[in-house]
Amino acid sequence: MFDPAFSTSPLLGRLSLQALPLHEPILVATFAAVALGGIALLGAISYFRLWSYLWREWFTTVDHKRIGIMYMILGLVMLLRGFADAIMMRLQQAMAFNGSEGYLTAHHYDQIFTAHGVIMIFFVAMPLVTGLMNYVVPLQIGARDVSFPFLNNFSFWMTVSGALLVMASLFVGEFARTGWLAYPPLSGLAYSPDPGVDYYIWALQIAGVGTTLSGINLIATIVKMRAPGMTMMKMPVFTWTSLCTNVLIVASFPVLTAVLALLSLDRYAGTNFFTNDLGGNPMMYVNLIWIWGHPEVYILILPLFGVFSEVTSTFSGKRLFGYTSMVYATVVITILSYLVWLHHFFTMGSGASVNSFFGITTMVISIPTGAKLFNWLFTIYRGRVRFELPMMWTVAFMLTFVVGGMTGVLLAVPPADFVLHNSLFLIAHFHNVIIGGVLFGLFAAINYWFPKAFGFRLDPFWGKVSFWFWVVGFWLAFMPLYILGLMGVTRRMRVFDDPSLQIWFVIAGIGAFVIALGIAAMLVQFYVSFRKREALRDVSGDPWDGRTLEWSTSSPPPDYNFAFTPVVHDLDSWYDMKRRGYSRPADSFRAIHMPKNTGAGVILAGLSLICGFALVWYIWWLAAISFIGILATAIGHTFNYRRDYHIPAETVRVTEAARTRQLATGA
Amino acid sequence: MSAHAMTTNAGEPVRFFDLEEHDHPEGSSTMLGFWIYLMSDCLIFAILFACYAVLGGNYAAGPSPHDLFELPLVALNTSMLLLSSITYGFAMLSMQKDRVGATQAWLAVTGLFGLAFLSIELYEFAHLIHEGATPQRSGFLSAFFTLVGTHGLHVTFGTIWLVTLMVQVARRGLIPANRRRLMCLSLFWHFLDVIWIGVFTFVYLMGMLR
Repeated sequence: MFDPAFSTSPLLGRLSLQALPLHEPILVATFAAVALGGIALLGAISYFRLWSYLWREWFTTVDHKRIGIMYMILGLVMLLRGFADAIMMRLQQAMAFNGSEGYLTAHHYDQIFTAHGVIMIFFVAMPLVTGLMNYVVPLQIGARDVSFPFLNNFSFWMTVSGALLVMASLFVGEFARTGWLAYPPLSGLAYSPDPGVDYYIWALQIAGVGTTLSGINLIATIVKMRAPGMTMMKMPVFTWTSLCTNVLIVASFPVLTAVLALLSLDRYAGTNFFTNDLGGNPMMYVNLIWIWGHPEVYILILPLFGVFSEVTSTFSGKRLFGYTSMVYATVVITILSYLVWLHHFFTMGSGASVNSFFGITTMVISIPTGAKLFNWLFTIYRGRVRFELPMMWTVAFMLTFVVGGMTGVLLAVPPADFVLHNSLFLIAHFHNVIIGGVLFGLFAAINYWFPKAFGFRLDPFWGKVSFWFWVVGFWLAFMPLYILGLMGVTRRMRVFDDPSLQIWFVIAGIGAFVIALGIAAMLVQFYVSFRKREALRDVSGDPWDGRTLEWSTSSPPPDYNFAFTPVVHDLDSWYDMKRRGYSRPADSFRAIHMPKNTGAGVILAGLSLICGFALVWYIWWLAAISFIGILATAIGHTFNYRRDYHIPAETVRVTEAARTRQLATGA
Repeated sequence: MSAHAMTTNAGEPVRFFDLEEHDHPEGSSTMLGFWIYLMSDCLIFAILFACYAVLGGNYAAGPSPHDLFELPLVALNTSMLLLSSITYGFAMLSMQKDRVGATQAWLAVTGLFGLAFLSIELYEFAHLIHEGATPQRSGFLSAFFTLVGTHGLHVTFGTIWLVTLMVQVARRGLIPANRRRLMCLSLFWHFLDVIWIGVFTFVYLMGMLR
C-alpha cells in the first residue's frame, strides 16, 4: 500500500508469482525436499488411515500430557530448521575469505541469521520449555489436568500457527533481514518495505497469544490445583521454577505484544512511534523490546534450573541441598530479571549513572545463580551418584554454564561492554548460556522424563554418542568466537578481509558439523529406542528411583493421572511414600471428572494463520473475513456448555487392576 | 479409608491418598485466571502510557493537546463510562438476587452507555482527523490515538461480549456458568473504567496543563 515496488491488487494484495523465490537455487531445492517429505508424511498418514485417530486423540486433545508431547515434537522439528540456518552461516563465514564471496548473497544471508535467532528462541526453546512444563507440572503437583484444558490446546495450536507462518516465509516471499529483534528504523517501512518484517511481526504475535495464555494457565494450575498437603514450600523445585517462569511470561509477553503492535502501526498505518522524523524515537523500541527480552532469557533458563535440581537430587540419591535457598534464589532471579534490560545497549549513551545501575544489577544476578550452582554441588557431595544420561547432561551443564556466566559478568561491566558490544564475544556468551544451559537442560529433561511419557527408556548408547558430539561440538564451535570477539570481529558479517581470522571460523565450522552429528545421533537414539522398546520397557513407572509425585503413577500415566489424588506430607513426597510403605488403593474407585476434547482450538489457530498471512500480503478482504471467523468461532465456542464428562468408576477399576498386575510382573 | 491408612514409627496414621475426594468445582480457577489475564492486559496499557509519556511532547511542529482537546466533551464521555460501571454494578446486584429480568435490563443500560461512550470517542477522533491532527502527523498524535484507541477497542469487545452474555442469560438463565461469565465481564468492565481514569487524568487533564 505504501511501497511502490510492490503492485497491489484487490484480490491478492501484493502477493504475486514474483514472491516465489524461483531465482534462489538453495531455496528451490529446499522447497522440493520439504514438499517431497511433506507429501510422503501426509501420504503415510493417509495410507495407514491415521487422520481420524490423530484428529480425535491428538489434535483436539485437552490432555496436558499429549499437548506437552506435541509441543516437544514441534520444538524438535523446528530445531532441525534452526540448525540448518546455523550450519549455513558457519559454512558461509568459513568460506568468505581472500576475496571469496562465499555461497550466500547478502540478501539471503541476512534472512538466515534473522530466521535462525527467531526460530531458535520462539519456536525451539519456547515450545520445548512450555511442553516440558505442560507435561510435568500437573503430574508433579498431583493434578489431573491444567486449570483451563481447552485454553491449553488453543495455546499450542497458536504456537504452531506462528511456526507455520515463519516456515511459509521461506517459500512465499522472504523473511526479515533485520536481526532477531527487528530494531527500527531498519525494520520500519522506509528501510524494509518487503513483507519480511511483516512475517516476523505476525508470526510472533500469533505465537505470543499462545504463550501468554499458557502462562496464565500454568500459574492458575500451580496456585489452585496442588494436591492436599502440598504447601508452597513443599512444591518440587521444578514446579517452583515453572511458577516463576510463568509469572515472567505473563509479566513480559504483553510488552512484546504491545511493542510489536506499535511497530506494525508504524508499518501499516504510517504512525511515528519509531521513525526518525516527526517525533518518533527508535531507541524506545530498543528499550521496550528488551524489557520483554531480558525476562525472556530467564523464562528459558529457569525451568531448566528446576530440571537440574530434580536430576541432581534423584541421581545422587539425596534430598536437594538447600531447598529453601533454591526457592528464594529463583524468586530473586525472577525479580532482578526486570532490572537489567539496559545492559543490552550500554552504548545507547544513557550516561555513566544509568549504565552503572544496570551494570551492578546485572552482576548481582550472578549471586543467586551462583548459590544455585553450589546447592547442586553440595547435593552431589557424598551422594551415591549414578551417571545416567540426565546426570551426564547436568554435569556438562555445570561445567559449560559457569563459563558462560562468567563471560556474562564480564559483559556487564559497561566499559568492557563498549569494546565487546555486538562482537562475536557476545554471540559466544549467549550461545554458551543458551546451549550450555537451556539445551543441555532440555536434553537432560528429555532423557529423564521420556520413560514417564512413553513407558520405555531412551537407548543409553546412542544417548552417550549424542552427548559427546554435542558437548565437544559446542566447545569447538563457540570458543573460537570468544577469541574472535576479543579481537574485535563484529556479529552478522558475511565476508571478511583479514585472512588470519579464517582458521578460527574453520574451527567453529567443524564444531557446528560435530553438533550436527550430535543431532543425528539423537534422532538415531529415538529410532533405536523405539525399535528396542520391549528391552527398554519400564513397568514400575519409577525407573530412576524418583522422589516426586510424577513417578508414583504408571508410565505412561492414565488419562486421569491419579486414580486417587495423593496426599503430600513431605517435600520429596513420592520418596516419602516409598519410605513409609504406602499401599495402592485397590477398590472403592470413584468416577473421575474430566474435560472433553474440542476442535475449536485448531479452528481458531488455523483462522489466525490465514489472517496473519493475509495481513503480511495486504490481502485485506481475506484478513477481514478470517478475523470475523475468529470472533464467530470464539463466540460460538462459548455457547457449548457441555465441556466435561466422567470416566466411570468401572473403567478406573479396570485400568488400575491392569496396573496392579503390571507391577506384580515387574517386581 | 482405614484400610489404606499407614502408620509411622511414632504410631499416628498417615493418609497417602484422598479417598473421599469430590470433583473440582467447575470453574474454580476461572476468577484467578481471568484476574491474571487482566493484569497482563494492564501491562499493555502500561506500555502505551509509557509511550505517551515519552512521545507526548513530540509535536513535530504540529498541534499540541492545548490546541486539540475539548474538556467538556471529554467530561461528558467520562461520565458515560463511569455511569456504565455503576449500572453494571446494579446488574450484578440483581444477579445476586436471582432476578433475570432486572439483570438483563441493567446489562442493556450498561451496553447503551458503552455505545454512547464509543460514539462520542469516534466523533472526537473524526473531528481531530478532519482538523489535520491525524495519527501520522506526529509522535504525540501517534501515541494519543493508539492509547485512547486501544481503550476504545477494549470497550468495543466488551460490548460484543456483553451482548453475547445477554443472549446466553436469555437462553439458560442465571446458571453458575453464566454467573461466572458475568463476574469476569464485570471485572473487565471496571478495569476499563480504571484505565480510562488514567487516560482522562494523564492525557487530557495534564495535557491541558502542558
